[in-house]
Amino acid sequence: MAHHTVGIDLGTTNCALSSCDLSNGSGEVVRIPQLTAAGVVEERLLLPSFIYAAGEQEFPAGALALPWDKKLSYAAGEFARTHGAKVPTRLVASAKSWLSHSSVDRMAALLPWQAPPEVERISPVEASARYLRHLAGTWKMSRKGDLASEEIILTVPASFDAAARELTTQAAKQAGLADVTLLEEPQAALYAWIQNVGDAFRKAVKVGDVILVVDVGGGTTDFSLIAVTEEDGDLQLTRLAVGDHILLGGDNMDLTLAHHLAQGKNLDPWQFAALTYGCRQAKELLFADLKLKKAPIAIASRGSALVGGTIKMELTREDVTGVLIDGFMPRVSVTEPPRTGRRTGLTQVGLPYAQDPGITRHLAAFLTRQSRIAEGKSFVHPTAILFNGGVFKAPMLKERVTEVLNEWLANDSAAPVKELEGADLDLAVARGAAYYGWVRHGHGIRIRGGTARAYYVGVEAAMPAVPGFEPPVKALCVAPFGMEEGTKADIPPQEFALVVGEPTVFRFFSSSVRREDRAGDMIDNVAPNEEFEEVAPIETTLSGESGKLVPVNLQAAVTEVGTLELRCLEKAGAGHWKLELNVRGKEE
Amino acid sequence: MAWRVLIKAQFAHEVSEALNQAEAARTKAALPPEKVHASALTLLAAFQREGRLVDFLQQEVAGFSDEDIGAAARVVHGGCRKTFRQFFVISPAAQGNEGGPITVPSGFDAQRIRLTGNVSGQPPFKGTLKHHGWIAAEVRMPSTSEALDPRVIAPAEVELS
Repeated sequence: MAHHTVGIDLGTTNCALSSCDLSNGSGEVVRIPQLTAAGVVEERLLLPSFIYAAGEQEFPAGALALPWDKKLSYAAGEFARTHGAKVPTRLVASAKSWLSHSSVDRMAALLPWQAPPEVERISPVEASARYLRHLAGTWKMSRKGDLASEEIILTVPASFDAAARELTTQAAKQAGLADVTLLEEPQAALYAWIQNVGDAFRKAVKVGDVILVVDVGGGTTDFSLIAVTEEDGDLQLTRLAVGDHILLGGDNMDLTLAHHLAQGKNLDPWQFAALTYGCRQAKELLFADLKLKKAPIAIASRGSALVGGTIKMELTREDVTGVLIDGFMPRVSVTEPPRTGRRTGLTQVGLPYAQDPGITRHLAAFLTRQSRIAEGKSFVHPTAILFNGGVFKAPMLKERVTEVLNEWLANDSAAPVKELEGADLDLAVARGAAYYGWVRHGHGIRIRGGTARAYYVGVEAAMPAVPGFEPPVKALCVAPFGMEEGTKADIPPQEFALVVGEPTVFRFFSSSVRREDRAGDMIDNVAPNEEFEEVAPIETTLSGESGKLVPVNLQAAVTEVGTLELRCLEKAGAGHWKLELNVRGKEE
Repeated sequence: MAWRVLIKAQFAHEVSEALNQAEAARTKAALPPEKVHASALTLLAAFQREGRLVDFLQQEVAGFSDEDIGAAARVVHGGCRKTFRQFFVISPAAQGNEGGPITVPSGFDAQRIRLTGNVSGQPPFKGTLKHHGWIAAEVRMPSTSEALDPRVIAPAEVELS
């Protein structure tokens, strides 16, 4: 019997842990002990999502021990991040972004991506499992209990597809947390806001409102639209749509400022990391005091001669406005698409980083892409906006997003958005997740909406082979948009004949915009269609007498956990088989 | 006979107990200073790690310009302040504005209030608050591994290429 619900924000750059007491609903953020230097354990509110793979003789024995695990060969958290800046080839960073990277084998030991051969590499799933084990250790120490026996809510980006969600639960299993529930981060942020404002919530929003959640984390940007509706006189929240996965976040902003200031200077990687940190501090100073024209940054010398060896720099207001605000939140029209094909220079080999740093352009694309729910307008008109992510501690950034959005709305003769104030920008996701657990016990308002994607299996059209011509791929809808947790889709009328005893491969697609398709609908030629995205393929070998053909139907179900499950049902018998998504990389 | 054995056993136990205590005291006295003052070294190490304090104190600064010293002071101040605030919560020892009048009651805490100037007569005293003092209201020093040598304030850094 669980005594708490526990919210875990497994972030791209920081993790957080929060709990909610099931006896009274009171919430609390749990501080996380972690190595801050070799042999030094301190508590922090956040666990930086970094793992440092230590060399065998690199640190004295016992230097990496944690109170709950004395024999670790790696460090996670603050020490991993700071020391890793000096030894980048042994640092695992952004593991979560790799989880949603469909062109690599996500179960394979890939990370650190650029590690020398003797370094023990781990899979993106194992990296996530290590953060979760760290949080389980924290729970064991601070609450003297087993985290696995509590109700765990694990947050994922709204833009995570079925495969990335499956991998997240896999990581939890690897960490000994067999039973978790997934929650989308923008929803968690909204839950945290509802918990924060309490009953004032009913005054702050009204029926007909469309809330836009803009969540800019350290490494990712995530958009969601949530509608306020009414049922039997009660307010209801329904999630309407989610955006695509955009690998662009607050860390890119600090990095951009650092690159801007480092031009023409000879800094080693450690000094560059210090400059990045300095830029963040200076940026915050400039944002906090609008009268300041510039903020100083001092980069310590690498050697012990500090006086005389310190490099002096300045971040000016023009830098912040020009590079940061105009660079990341440019004033654009709602019809301007994100640029593609031009690298911005801020890329790490391997990850498909967003090529356009303009968050407002991505926002425009999201609202326009979702125009099917815009009731005849060319883009969705939000009426309220909720910000999430540490980036928005700077009022100027919130103001710019609001200003750009309001300009789009004004040009379409719509009223400006109102900001939902009172959000906790850093810890909202963990807090909101724990609160969601409490809501699931029947307290407070729940956001409905089901899956934010429809799912399709690819069916190759039967036609004679023509050299140099790829046959068009049709797609059969198996899971419509908006399936609630714990429900099954209707069985499509089409049937397949599966060869038993031999591997079968399906291509698998998703769409975040096609909300009318029902299970069984067939769509012609998905390959060049921008409404579809290819997810990992499904691969299976059905047991039975080899070579036998069995007519089957495909059925999709959304589990209580929030993951998608596909089953093959034997048409003429009782046989049914679960199909697994193959996350070991797309075949090119 | 049995009695005498018992008494002897009791006596022997007391003797051995006393010996154990003496031994423990000796070991304690024999702890090297760096183990006795390990937390002071931990603090120094943290100030050095985050704010390069030891580098700053070890350097002769007379020959440098105020600008150079100022730039280094920003590193020291920024880093040490961060650590300082993580380890301690500090509050004033006396309430009131510096430069303003203050009454020192009878039975005042002589640890928290130091009298200067014309100190005579019996409290309550009327005076001027020159410095409000500081109290460590909370101490949150990190736990450090027993396995580490506390004398190492900062390891030498060797970069491999």
